Amino acid sequence: MSLPDAEALLAGLAEQMRPHVTPDTALVGLHTGGVWVAQRLHAQLGLTQPPGALDVSFYRDDYAQRGLARDTRSSSLPFDVEGRHLVLVDDVLHTGRTVRAALNELFDYGRPQRVELAVLIDRGGRQLPVAPTYCATRYMPPDGQRVKLAQEDDRLLLRLAPDTE
Amino acid sequence: MARNPQLNKHGELQHLLTTEGLPRDVITRILDTAEPFAGVAEREVKKVPLLRGKSVFNLFFENSTRTRTTFEIAAKRLSADVINLNIATSSTNKGETLLDTVDNLAAMQADMFVVRHASSGAPYLIAQHLEATGRDHIHVVNAGDGRHAHPTQGLLDMYTIRHYKRDFTQLSVAIVGDILHSRVARSQIHALTTLGVPDLRAIAPKTLLPHDIERLGCRVFNDMREGLRDVDVVMMLRLQNERMQGSLLPSAQEYFKFFGLTEDKLALARPDAIVLHPGPMNRGVEIDSAVADGRQAVILPQVTFGIAVRMAVMAMLGGGNA
Amino acid sequence: MKIHIRGGRLVDPAQDIDAPTDVFIAAGKVVALGTAPDGFHANRVVDARGQVVAPGLIDLCARLREPGQEYRATLESEMAAAVAGGVTSLACPPDTDPVLDEPGLVEMLKHRARMLNLAHVYPHGALTVGLKGERLTEMGELTDAGCIAFSQANSSVDNSQVLFRAMQYAATFGYTVWLQPTDPHLAAGGVAHDGEIAARLGLVGIPVLAETLAIGRLLQLARSTGCKLHLTRISSRAGLMLIDQARLDGMQVSCDVAIHALHLCDVDIGYFDPQCRTVPPLRAQFDREALRAALADGRIDALCSDHTPVDDDAKQVPFAEAEPGTTGLELLLPLTLAWAREMQLPLSLALARITSDAARVLGLDAGHLRVGSAADVCIFDPEAPLRITRESLRSQGKNTPWLGREVLGRVSATLVSGQVVYEAPAAR
Repeated sequence: MSLPDAEALLAGLAEQMRPHVTPDTALVGLHTGGVWVAQRLHAQLGLTQPPGALDVSFYRDDYAQRGLARDTRSSSLPFDVEGRHLVLVDDVLHTGRTVRAALNELFDYGRPQRVELAVLIDRGGRQLPVAPTYCATRYMPPDGQRVKLAQEDDRLLLRLAPDTE
Repeated sequence: MARNPQLNKHGELQHLLTTEGLPRDVITRILDTAEPFAGVAEREVKKVPLLRGKSVFNLFFENSTRTRTTFEIAAKRLSADVINLNIATSSTNKGETLLDTVDNLAAMQADMFVVRHASSGAPYLIAQHLEATGRDHIHVVNAGDGRHAHPTQGLLDMYTIRHYKRDFTQLSVAIVGDILHSRVARSQIHALTTLGVPDLRAIAPKTLLPHDIERLGCRVFNDMREGLRDVDVVMMLRLQNERMQGSLLPSAQEYFKFFGLTEDKLALARPDAIVLHPGPMNRGVEIDSAVADGRQAVILPQVTFGIAVRMAVMAMLGGGNA
Repeated sequence: MKIHIRGGRLVDPAQDIDAPTDVFIAAGKVVALGTAPDGFHANRVVDARGQVVAPGLIDLCARLREPGQEYRATLESEMAAAVAGGVTSLACPPDTDPVLDEPGLVEMLKHRARMLNLAHVYPHGALTVGLKGERLTEMGELTDAGCIAFSQANSSVDNSQVLFRAMQYAATFGYTVWLQPTDPHLAAGGVAHDGEIAARLGLVGIPVLAETLAIGRLLQLARSTGCKLHLTRISSRAGLMLIDQARLDGMQVSCDVAIHALHLCDVDIGYFDPQCRTVPPLRAQFDREALRAALADGRIDALCSDHTPVDDDAKQVPFAEAEPGTTGLELLLPLTLAWAREMQLPLSLALARITSDAARVLGLDAGHLRVGSAADVCIFDPEAPLRITRESLRSQGKNTPWLGREVLGRVSATLVSGQVVYEAPAAR
């Protein structure tokens, strides 16, 4: 199975989401890849709310094992979370732990009306009961590899990298 | 000779005891990590779960409600359980030694000690004892020891300077006041020199300067006006009441006249210079109210940043133990 | 008891001997060197092959903690430490509890020491009652009880008139006054040399000026009163220069240095190591180099261990709260040898500083192995490694920066008045 084209996936994901979002829907990208995807989706879907960004480092469940991530960034939700329709956006859905952490963080900002999940790739291997609302494709990377989103000249592309987990 | 006791064998922060000898990238990482923590206070729930289930003991062998409170808020915003011990008035008066106290608290499953002590080096003694007794999973944060160090204060000052001035390598910085007795000044000096400040000045009367202070990397000025000329940052120090008159200084009034920061003296610094003070301020002794409340003062932001920096330090220490 | 020390290298600086020489001992005295006297039949032969045979060491300053601080150390433990370190005579300062300011206390101490039959103890009497610097002690009576000099231990006499009179009085009888020169006001609250290290560590500094000011004052008082002055534990180059100048001006004054000050300086405090807290403080590196050189060329007369046993509780506290002092009796020989080795000095010169020179400072006929003298002997292997551990130290004080380190120079046997009082456990 060859590596899918990220731009094609992005277009497909936007089409899946289009019927379900309103201009008031807010996207929340998960650092780092999810933020890129959210920015692109935001433009394609013509939403009014600026996209938010979450760095879930403070909510990760492996902090006790691995400590705080080196390049932790600020989370920023430039809209009121209270009562809003939110879509969490990530590049790759794997164990579901990042989504769990993101949901916990999100609720520390307020009580949204509804939260959905959009991902470019579902690579399986779930460890938590998490399912995407919108998913561009399923793709299983070869053993010992993980799939990684990159951004070059405003274009998104997918790459394989050794899995260090 | 023992290795630097605040770094583990991988060169990572194990304890925070001083800014001296901290690698530049460790200092920078603390400041970088503090940035996302600064946002936590602006949310509906001002808390993140990093230290959930961890016990942070505030071991204050010397009273300081203010410092203790900032550590308490920082620990609570990390969801830690915080236990405050005001030991200045409890067990050590009953003959229990410092290390007895530490052993007892360690037996209560402490994860972190925040230590304030009147004797220079006390947090080292605790850190060395924990290591020697195989309890190096417990982290020590120095919240001020004697005249030696107050690293979180030094780091929050660096955060503040970086916030307003960005590039340390272009700055002129003056530290003014009772440097002899100041742990804050020492922590500032080591952090500023490590971050590459090219022009660091110490302004004080000769009675309030340590011997060989130049060796720490500062230029000494006994004339405040001369020392403030064209600086970007003015870091004021607190003058303790008991030192205002006696054999160190004749009076608070005379001190204010020659070493108090007034608007006319501040006018010698760059127009965009910022003024820091670790608090609590003695208005009319080391700083004039017009300056303390003026547009160049960043004293209240220091307090806010201080919480974020302490959260960053505790979060960096408290994880990755498994 | 007749003893034949056979096959050793006799190093006796007082007689300028450094040669393979047998030593013959009878009735507590040296009866012959080299060849046995006629009709000498040894009851015991001590095999000293591969070893140095030297006069027993003389320590100018060792605290035995008796009376009053037996929880720290006892006469038994510290005298055992002395002979294990090859020390056969020691002078002890009067800062016991109670202070050695009454003849009865001195007699008791001398008596207890005699009963133990280990090293010879030479107490310093207090110069002022309770070391308070106010009233003179009965120096005559104290001398009759066994005191060999008068001292203030680590205290000073603040009132110059009292000190002037105390020195006048001592000069009346020709007694030596033995003082550690520190100005108490400049040193107030201080715990470390006032320099870069103290500035960095935030430790209250003791300036060199505290020593030079005190030396200047004491030299002038000694000159004016004609009192014999010994300055103990000089710590600084500037202090040494004042003493040099006084001697150039024709003054008789002697001085010593503590053995740890030859090897350590303020940098060794490291991360607040309380074992490096001493009185006077460890000074700068250039001070240490000046002390090493001055001891080599004789401007410093002799060495002392400044043996100060301190219990663990008093050291396991923050630096400034730690009690000053290091255990030293068992380190005096190896650390003296280390100094000599590093300075490329002959063994006999090194030994002179802890035998004959020390005896001269104390005014004792000791520190040599002339025929007819008391057979106080130290036999040691200067090359044998010695690991300093809590277990290896016989002193009750385990407080030394050398703990866990290895030094060279191991005592194999010590004789006091012709009796073997210490023998090293056989090497495993």
